[in-house]
Amino acid sequence: MRPVTSGSAVMLLSFALVRGALAQQGEFPLPPKDWAPPVHDRPVIPFLLVDRLEQRWQKGNDLRVWDAQGWVGGDYDKLWFKSEGEDEKGGRTAQASVEALYARLISPFWYLQGGVRYEERPSPSRSSLALGVQGLAPYWFDVEATTYLDEKGKLSARFEAEYDFLFTQRLILQPRAETTFAAYSEPERGVGQGFNNLELGLRLRYEIRRQLAPYIGVTWSRKLGDTADIARRANTEVSEKALVAGLRVWF
Amino acid sequence: MKKTDRASGSFTRRRFVQSAAALGLLDFFSQLAPAYAAGAVGPGAQMRVGGSRVGELVIARTPFGFGGRTGSAVTINGTVPGPLLRFREGETVTLRVTNRLDIDTSIHWHGLLVPSDQDGVPGLSFRGIRPGETFTYRYPVRQYGTYWYHSHSGFQEQEGHYAPIIIDPAGRDPVAYDREYVVQLSDWTFMSPEAVFSRLKKQGNFFNFQQRTAGDFLREVKERGWRPTMEERRMWAQMRMDPTDILDVTGYAYTYLMNGRPPDANWTALFRPGERVRFRFIDSGAQTFFNVRIPGLPMTVVQADGQHVQPVTVDEFQFGAAETYDVIVQPKEERAYTIFAEAMDRSGYASGTLAPRPGMPAEVPPLRERPLRTMVDMGMDMGGMDHGGMSPSGGQTAKPMPGMDHGAMDHGSMDHGSMDMASGQKPMPGRHETAGMDKMSPVNGKHGPDTHGPGNSMVAMVQRNRLGEPGAGLENVEHRVLTYNDLKSLEPARDTRKPTREIEMHLTGNMGGFIWGIDGKKFSETPEPVRVRTGERVRVTLVNDTMMEHPMHLHGVFMELDNGAGAHKPRKHTIIVKPAERLSFDFTYDEPGNFAFHCHMLLHMEAGMFRFFNVSGPSLWKTS
Repeated sequence: MRPVTSGSAVMLLSFALVRGALAQQGEFPLPPKDWAPPVHDRPVIPFLLVDRLEQRWQKGNDLRVWDAQGWVGGDYDKLWFKSEGEDEKGGRTAQASVEALYARLISPFWYLQGGVRYEERPSPSRSSLALGVQGLAPYWFDVEATTYLDEKGKLSARFEAEYDFLFTQRLILQPRAETTFAAYSEPERGVGQGFNNLELGLRLRYEIRRQLAPYIGVTWSRKLGDTADIARRANTEVSEKALVAGLRVWF
Repeated sequence: MKKTDRASGSFTRRRFVQSAAALGLLDFFSQLAPAYAAGAVGPGAQMRVGGSRVGELVIARTPFGFGGRTGSAVTINGTVPGPLLRFREGETVTLRVTNRLDIDTSIHWHGLLVPSDQDGVPGLSFRGIRPGETFTYRYPVRQYGTYWYHSHSGFQEQEGHYAPIIIDPAGRDPVAYDREYVVQLSDWTFMSPEAVFSRLKKQGNFFNFQQRTAGDFLREVKERGWRPTMEERRMWAQMRMDPTDILDVTGYAYTYLMNGRPPDANWTALFRPGERVRFRFIDSGAQTFFNVRIPGLPMTVVQADGQHVQPVTVDEFQFGAAETYDVIVQPKEERAYTIFAEAMDRSGYASGTLAPRPGMPAEVPPLRERPLRTMVDMGMDMGGMDHGGMSPSGGQTAKPMPGMDHGAMDHGSMDHGSMDMASGQKPMPGRHETAGMDKMSPVNGKHGPDTHGPGNSMVAMVQRNRLGEPGAGLENVEHRVLTYNDLKSLEPARDTRKPTREIEMHLTGNMGGFIWGIDGKKFSETPEPVRVRTGERVRVTLVNDTMMEHPMHLHGVFMELDNGAGAHKPRKHTIIVKPAERLSFDFTYDEPGNFAFHCHMLLHMEAGMFRFFNVSGPSLWKTS
């Protein structure tokens, strides 16, 4: 037999001694605390999804729209961020917001999210507290529901739902609905009390790879209630239809 | 099968080995593990270890690839799989393992009854092997059979760090054969395992390209009608579960290997007509269950997880990650046969050939249609559902089972007699027929109110004894398929005492976030081990609350699966627990130590489906 290295011999000997001592004591010791664990089940993972990065052609004013979100964290706790906005033709940003949230998995399919939202546009900019849930509802609807309380104490809410319908493994039709609600009217922002907007979209994407999917689609949006009245008085469109083309990508 | 039947021809195994030895390793071993095609790394040679013959193993990164692609493998002595280790029962083996990686490594001797400090689990049995370090393993070989060894560090097993072990019995081998071949199946990906893991954490169905589509829906409406189709879709959608969720990682990312070779490299085993050929099948897939068959040849299973079983002849078997089966085939014709190992989700296969001459291919069967999960898998009550009037399990469902409420279960009061009755059901008579739902397995438990928290997305409300089922997708095949009920140990059990203690564990998971655990908790959330003593007769009951199979592996002792075989319960190191299944096994530790218990789906383990037993008391191993 080849000689065993002295380090290993010492180790074998010490194991033998330890085991001998324990046999008398009766309790086998737990692994020393300074050993790394046998499995590493708390990985911190970063995720970025650009769900919509699209050009929107509609009567009067074409738009470029972005809607992205991502997180960094483990299975139960995540730092979540979201951003969305619209650039009008000529590069003027009509809407832009970012959210920074802490998210906690509170049930198998749902995260509770809390944090802040900052809206750069429309002017004037404002900050709000945000509290919501995001997850997968029965029947496979991806849902986001968030309430906001801005610095003036005005309460609003926003609800989004998406669904994936598979024509093939890679050709996927995604219906999408979004609505916003305001507890108080804000005429200076063109927002009335109650449900003030409904946007429906239908996007057909092709997943070249899981993480890379160009799409085309149509959207239809309509201002509701007081918000629609405000728009009518300002002579702006109450209802808009658009063709869209864009890219869905994640990392 | 005759257990004493030596080879019918004059070319016996013993003589074969002797002549092989006389010629110095030659063909015999190159048949076991032939050198691989130029430019890539193939399986290594056989290494006999024992007594003064010390095994030298070097772990390093080595380029590995095929089909024009080259990746990076973690290799043992430069090959994938690593060298075949050959031990003899009763000898003491010494293996020096040198780590040439830039991270820690380890070797776990899968299924071997070794002292805790030789078991090779970093963080439990030792610190791990540091870069540049040589660690010397030394342990007595206390058993015979087919096993394997692999890294227990991170994802190295996925990257090629695995190889077979054959232990020749100390006495006469009750299995007669003329030739033997190891068939080690595995799954290879050119993606990094870390990337595979994080993709699944972000999108649980990332690798599933066999989901149900609009076309499937229309076809089904045509076949079954609008209402049943809608109702079935509605139930799945309502639960947010996908019936095509069969394997987490699929042929989209994997190439399935047979002895380190992709299907088109066609690994070949040779035979002469009339010979008894022994195949030692090892599932070394990191995330893959395989369906194994050799069309045209019945296979007689003689060993399961390295332990002799009463011979049972089948045409196909399904096995899970880490399981092994030894089978005997006896081809009589001068023709080639395909050794076909299909991934359980039918997204790919490994294959090779058994032929009288090299370069003689046989027809490769097509992949069958991918299976679908059923409401039985979901632990739903099937009483009267879409097969009106049939109540296969109604009686048992109605009968209150002792200890059904596991949350407040008094293990002491478990009625083992009735448990034995439940699990001792005869192999299902309809197994070889296409009777479909008539084969419903008996209900043997119901779930309590604890849903195991956010880390678990479903519970098996109705639990069944599924030991008589052949496995997902094989329910209706037209030939004999092995089930756990077919496994009966050749030697009667040494310890026939009744367990004095029962431990119930629920296998849990959240597919969306790829969270896996036991009783809803990941390993990191449960620092306390399960404490048992040497000599203590323990029963573990597992309930699978997920819709996927979990091959559960216990270190340091064999699990005696309660399949109703009495004193002939099969001794296994890895037991598949099917979706919504409730099963029990007994064990008695001989050795003190910290021994891992985990799912052998590598990514499930690393995600947290891992526990350990802290075994105290004197060593009871008889050093005779």
